[in-house]
Amino acid sequence: MFSEAKLNKVKEIIARYPQGKQKSALLPVLHLAQEEFGGWLSAETMDYVASLLQITPIEVYEVATFYSMFNMKPVGKYVFEVCHTGPCMLRGSDNIVDYIKKKLDINVGETTKDGLFTLKTVECLGACGYAPMMQLGKHFREHLTPERVDEIINECRVNAN
Amino acid sequence: MGRKLLLDKAHIENIRYYDVYRANGGYESAEKALKMTPELVLDEVKKSGLRGRGGAGFPTGMKWSFIAKPEGVPRYLVCNADESEPGTFKDRYLMEFLPHLLIEGLLISSYTLGANSCYIYIRGEYAWIPDILEEAIADAKKNGWLGKNIQGTGFDLEIYVQRGAGAYICGEETALIESLEGKRGNPRIKPPFPAIKGLWDCPTVVNNVETLAAIVPILRIGGEEYAKYGTGKSTGTKLISACGNINKPGVYEIEMNISVEEFIYSEEYCGGIANGKRLKACIPGGSSVPIVPANLLLKTAKGETRMMTYESLSDGGFATGTMMGSGGFIVLDEDQCIVKNTLTFARFYHHESCGQCSPCREGTGWMERVLKNIEKGKGKMSDIDLLWDIQRKIEGNTICPLGDAAAWPVAAAIRHFRDEFEWHVLNPEESQVRNFGLAHYADPLEIAAPAAV
Ligand SMILES: Cc1cc2nc3c(=O)[nH]c(=O)nc-3n(C[C@H](O)[C@H](O)[C@H](O)COP(=O)(O)O)c2cc1C
Ligand code: SF4
Ligand code: FES
Repeated sequence: MFSEAKLNKVKEIIARYPQGKQKSALLPVLHLAQEEFGGWLSAETMDYVASLLQITPIEVYEVATFYSMFNMKPVGKYVFEVCHTGPCMLRGSDNIVDYIKKKLDINVGETTKDGLFTLKTVECLGACGYAPMMQLGKHFREHLTPERVDEIINECRVNAN
Repeated sequence: MGRKLLLDKAHIENIRYYDVYRANGGYESAEKALKMTPELVLDEVKKSGLRGRGGAGFPTGMKWSFIAKPEGVPRYLVCNADESEPGTFKDRYLMEFLPHLLIEGLLISSYTLGANSCYIYIRGEYAWIPDILEEAIADAKKNGWLGKNIQGTGFDLEIYVQRGAGAYICGEETALIESLEGKRGNPRIKPPFPAIKGLWDCPTVVNNVETLAAIVPILRIGGEEYAKYGTGKSTGTKLISACGNINKPGVYEIEMNISVEEFIYSEEYCGGIANGKRLKACIPGGSSVPIVPANLLLKTAKGETRMMTYESLSDGGFATGTMMGSGGFIVLDEDQCIVKNTLTFARFYHHESCGQCSPCREGTGWMERVLKNIEKGKGKMSDIDLLWDIQRKIEGNTICPLGDAAAWPVAAAIRHFRDEFEWHVLNPEESQVRNFGLAHYADPLEIAAPAAV
């Protein structure tokens, strides 16, 4: 269940659309829900979102599974989403992916045993001029090098404690 | 220095805040527009010759004049900030550093179209930008540029920011509208066009961020004056996001009257190829446009200087030309592998296909698999022809242009670099340890002698 503040936020979002078009709030509310409930969308969470917007659960499932930013299963506390599309590849994103794999001892799509890190490869994030890069939470980490990756991993470990 | 119209004030410290923007001439175009009739504003936009900056280059004034105006039905303006075409990161720059320029453009455009609600649909991964935009919207509202009875004109406008959630296809305007309605991003069959039946079945105009920002300088200097910038039908300035193997990747505003050579090699722009390497190929308009080898990039097939304009970039059609597209300018140096580069794009389109049409859904996956085999040294000669056949079967046979966008990069790569594909097939082991190099696509600038292959 959302807090009072989050419920008000949902109301505010619904008010952006004409009467009866509250389904339009689905993507923004799913973002809120994913942030609030552990970084992924369980069936329970999606059913809750359906009830909030007065739509059927299937309308939520079909949308949630369509968009790559919605996680359908649990992920680590920190998700490294490394871009590997052309422009990033041209500037060495493959090396960055390999480096992270070795450093964290996981493959792409896996989470470290301590549940701290998940490694994903993603398609172009609109940072091609600052490649190689990854998304980490709300922000981009750009101009990656092995040293930068080390720093980021350390930073996450410190923040997790 | 080239003349600038969008980024002319980008260097001013704190220009992203209302007070600084206003003190530097901000909202003066809006002031002017609100004193004119919407018809007169539309005339200025038509006179400017502005063409959509999202990729297709459709004349903006004409698009606006198509909007249906049935009595009692609301109209909407949707700002396309989905920016997901690989190589493109210019709209992000505008929104991060000049949010009020966009808001002023949205105000003038909404006024012209008679829209009282405007939605900015921004790709979900730009997760920090909505905060910047929402702060700017709140400040604009506080100062009487949004909300009810704007500047005493009786015109009302609200602007809302909506985040997508990771789907390239939502940049296609009808998929974007579906997504705004809280659905999967499945493109609609056109017609009806959004100008007749768009968001919630109401008349809707969808325009790119840069297009809408360009409305501000058009009102400032007038449509006729704007049309004096650039060349021929490529009027005004264009933002180019440059990336790949160049010395100075970044976002540049160019007047559309400079050569491709100047753009790549001058210090004002890309600063030349990185690490002293030579130019091999370029994809000048985002991943969807044809790749061209160096020898066709700087000069057209007729031997004319290739210019950074819509017309010159597409000179020669797909046989020897390419497209301006979204302005995502991707440069490949002599060490890059065309097969690998094409593979990453094929994988991208496969990943991003919405799955509604079988040629796109199946064809993109098939192309990815065949390319992967060739790249890994497991390809056959017949695979190259197979790839050619698959892309031919996708092109023109789908609901939306994503199918074409997936087909063209593969077609262009084979058209111009067939010997590199063949080399991969014939040298399965060698191709795993080194790249093909420049071969006959020698750098026409002859900065150094062509590499021996
Ligand atoms: C697959 C696909 C993706 C697109 N992505 C974008 C995009 O990210 N941003 C954009 O402005 N236009 C994009 N477009 C073009 C839009 O459909 C539409 O033409 C554009 O927003 C119109 O704005 P403009 O006339 O100002 O260029 C895309 C088109 C297709 C087919
Ligand atoms: S062409 Fe591809 S992306 Fe476009 S509607 Fe068809 S399947 Fe979907
Ligand atoms: S290709 Fe990686 S951000 Fe665009």
